[in-house]
Amino acid sequence: MAIPDWLDDLLWTYQNLIHSLGINGLLALSMYVVLAVGQLSLGQAAFMGLGAYSSALMTLRLHWPFWAVLPASCVVPAAFALAIGVPTLRLSGVYLAIATIGLGEVLRAIYLNVDLFGGALGLSGIPDSAETWMIYALLGAALLALWLIGRSRIGRAMEAMREDEVAAQVMGVNIRAYRMGALLASAVLAGIAGALSAHVSSFIGPGEYGFEPAVTILSFALLGGIGTPLAPVLGSTILTLLPELLRGFSDLRLVFNGVIIVIAVLFLPNGLLSWRMPRRAA
Amino acid sequence: MTPCGMISGGMTALLRTEGLTRRYAGLVAVDAVDMAVEPGLVHAVIGPNGAGKTTLFNLISGIVAPSAGSVWLGGADITRLPADRRAQRGIARTFQNIRVFGAMTVLENVLTGLHARPGPGIAATILRLPRFRRMERDCVARARAALDFVGLADRAEERAAALAYGDQRRLEIARALAPEPRLLLLDEPAAGMNPAETEALGHLVRRIRAAGTTVLLVEHDMGFVMGVSDRVTVLNFGRRIFDGAPAAARRESVVIEAYLGPKVAARLAREAAS
Amino acid sequence: MLAQQLVNGVLLGATYALFALGFTLMFGVLRVINLTYGFYFTAGAFIALAATRTAHLPIWVALPFAALGAGLIAVLVDFLLLTRLRRVRAPELSSLMVTLGATLALYSAMTSLLGPDIRRLPPGLISPQAIEIAGIRVTEAQLLILGATAILVGALLLLLRRTRFGLAIRAMSEQPDAAGLVGIDIARAAALVSFVSGCLAGAGGVLIGLNFNAIHPYMGEAMMLRGFVVIIVGGLGDIRGALIAGLLLGIVEVMTAAYLDSNLKEAVAFAILVAVLWTKPSGLFGRARLRRA
Repeated sequence: MAIPDWLDDLLWTYQNLIHSLGINGLLALSMYVVLAVGQLSLGQAAFMGLGAYSSALMTLRLHWPFWAVLPASCVVPAAFALAIGVPTLRLSGVYLAIATIGLGEVLRAIYLNVDLFGGALGLSGIPDSAETWMIYALLGAALLALWLIGRSRIGRAMEAMREDEVAAQVMGVNIRAYRMGALLASAVLAGIAGALSAHVSSFIGPGEYGFEPAVTILSFALLGGIGTPLAPVLGSTILTLLPELLRGFSDLRLVFNGVIIVIAVLFLPNGLLSWRMPRRAA
Repeated sequence: MTPCGMISGGMTALLRTEGLTRRYAGLVAVDAVDMAVEPGLVHAVIGPNGAGKTTLFNLISGIVAPSAGSVWLGGADITRLPADRRAQRGIARTFQNIRVFGAMTVLENVLTGLHARPGPGIAATILRLPRFRRMERDCVARARAALDFVGLADRAEERAAALAYGDQRRLEIARALAPEPRLLLLDEPAAGMNPAETEALGHLVRRIRAAGTTVLLVEHDMGFVMGVSDRVTVLNFGRRIFDGAPAAARRESVVIEAYLGPKVAARLAREAAS
Repeated sequence: MLAQQLVNGVLLGATYALFALGFTLMFGVLRVINLTYGFYFTAGAFIALAATRTAHLPIWVALPFAALGAGLIAVLVDFLLLTRLRRVRAPELSSLMVTLGATLALYSAMTSLLGPDIRRLPPGLISPQAIEIAGIRVTEAQLLILGATAILVGALLLLLRRTRFGLAIRAMSEQPDAAGLVGIDIARAAALVSFVSGCLAGAGGVLIGLNFNAIHPYMGEAMMLRGFVVIIVGGLGDIRGALIAGLLLGIVEVMTAAYLDSNLKEAVAFAILVAVLWTKPSGLFGRARLRRA
């Protein structure tokens, strides 16, 4: 199928932006699944980093083909999710939040200082194996799956947990299993996002997966809301486009994200898209 | 010596507690309580404020772990089971301060109650397999039946938070009844209700019993308790001080003493004797 | 030499303890995980920097001045962000999120305005001379840290045990609702607790800035990880725990740097955190914030 030249040019110029929109969408969903069960994990950036670094190493050092690397990139993030999740999920939500913030910091120190990860220079020369359609196909699949889950018994259990955990438990909802499942799903989504992003920009570095990206991902979900899986993706779209549209603004991007979170928590508890998804598969 | 009515056979009781105890740092909330709830009956737990009734409920439904003792459901030891597993075994409950899910609709609330029954699994859910569709339809049918039973069928699509207090209470009961539990725990169901609502509640509880569900309830409203229960257990300071027929409880001196104090109880006893 | 490392560790640990104290106080009393706490630490360091470089104040004036400044900032932040959440009894995670956002905004703003470069306090503030006691070298800076920490901790303990305000704080941390009912002015107490915590953080910032001779906008960030480890190992809201855990962490960190690999410091700290979460999450002394689930 031939694309008209002007469209081709447009796609090329804005290639990075188009990739970022898709990847940030995946990250927003990664945040969404955790918030949807009433938990706060700030590990998405850390999981993304684990996915990025492990996939890059698999490609560069083990020379695996990309179709093998992509699913394998979920393994390390999932393992870390288990290590952190199992002890904290029976505790109050504060512990998970703290442990995941800590994880990001520690991993950053490790990436910086251990030779395998290239230190401050990171890993470069990663081949361009991921295509734009892959990013959007996975984003679409994730959105669809979460949408279908939302309109089912599982989605009802998640919303119940969010509103009143004790009541939900008394109704047969296995709180710990749902929390762990959400955390694992979050790790897998973020890990995939990391692998995709590593194979779309040829270089990854230790500074990309720390505190700032973690909080930024939270701002996607808080801005958009979590009533439906589309809402956080709307948030990520807006917050990814905004710095592009307002050029001189990009310095203050982080400040803006932080302020968004403050305003969202204080004044907009349901986010922009406060529409709530019906929970019946009707 | 604790006077009590006959505690009939541990073997036939639907729910049994043995030496159930819960201690907190400063006090013993529930003190070695033995109780047996016969199937098909309405069994009330009463006692003065602070007697440990709600803690007992929390121990039975599994929200709180006991310091000692055991809980048996249908002959199986459920002491170690968490609340969600107990729900799957057939224990349902309502709460003293109504805990419906306000943001969900009435029907969706009742649908969550059905989580106690097994589900189709995540694969069937995402792939929308026939099994999923069948089970969802089945759940909706059961939910509507439960709403019908409590008289809320026409409010199914309204937001739960928009309901009046009495209707929310009925919604909570419908939610608990939907999975057809073996044992229904009602925690102060008449709290905050006017006489008309209380009477309607009494009818509802009797219909629940008629349908075959065993009911264990905690309540302060004596009129309600006497009118609806087949059996009564009285707690005071966490200990069981009486167990037997409701009419007998009213005459029992330990019970009167617990509620009114020893002096008044003694005076009443003297007056009754003369 | 082992004894030297131990002493270094204790001194580093003293600063960690100081830092964690304010953090755990805020949690214990106000039920808030205040992530902007790290910012107060940074602010204190920068205020001291300005005071000594621009106003040429000596360190023993700049330190309390920085502490007070950080305390005031803490009160302001608490007022703007947290009062409303307290009033509507929002869940703990709300305060965590709001302070998370504020932290990002504040740090980024500071970096934009001041640049990420590492700055140093002016030389000559403290004599780099060291004293030798029984073969162990202790610099004047380290003595200052020890002394300041001891004074601040002592003052805090006095405050808690001997004053009415301290009683009010302890009541609030045990039973927030009852405290309000018996007439304790929650708003005022909250402001005072924020102030005290902010002062502790600010003082910590100056002392660490002195000890490592480095001040930069993200220094509070790095401390937060240590802060988390200390308050969880010590028990959320427990002061004794924060002190002991802080000292222990300082010792462990120095030992790791000396005998293993200096780059593993954070990893070891985090490993301790995870180990505690797996085994005894309430920490050494904490009232467990456990859930039944």
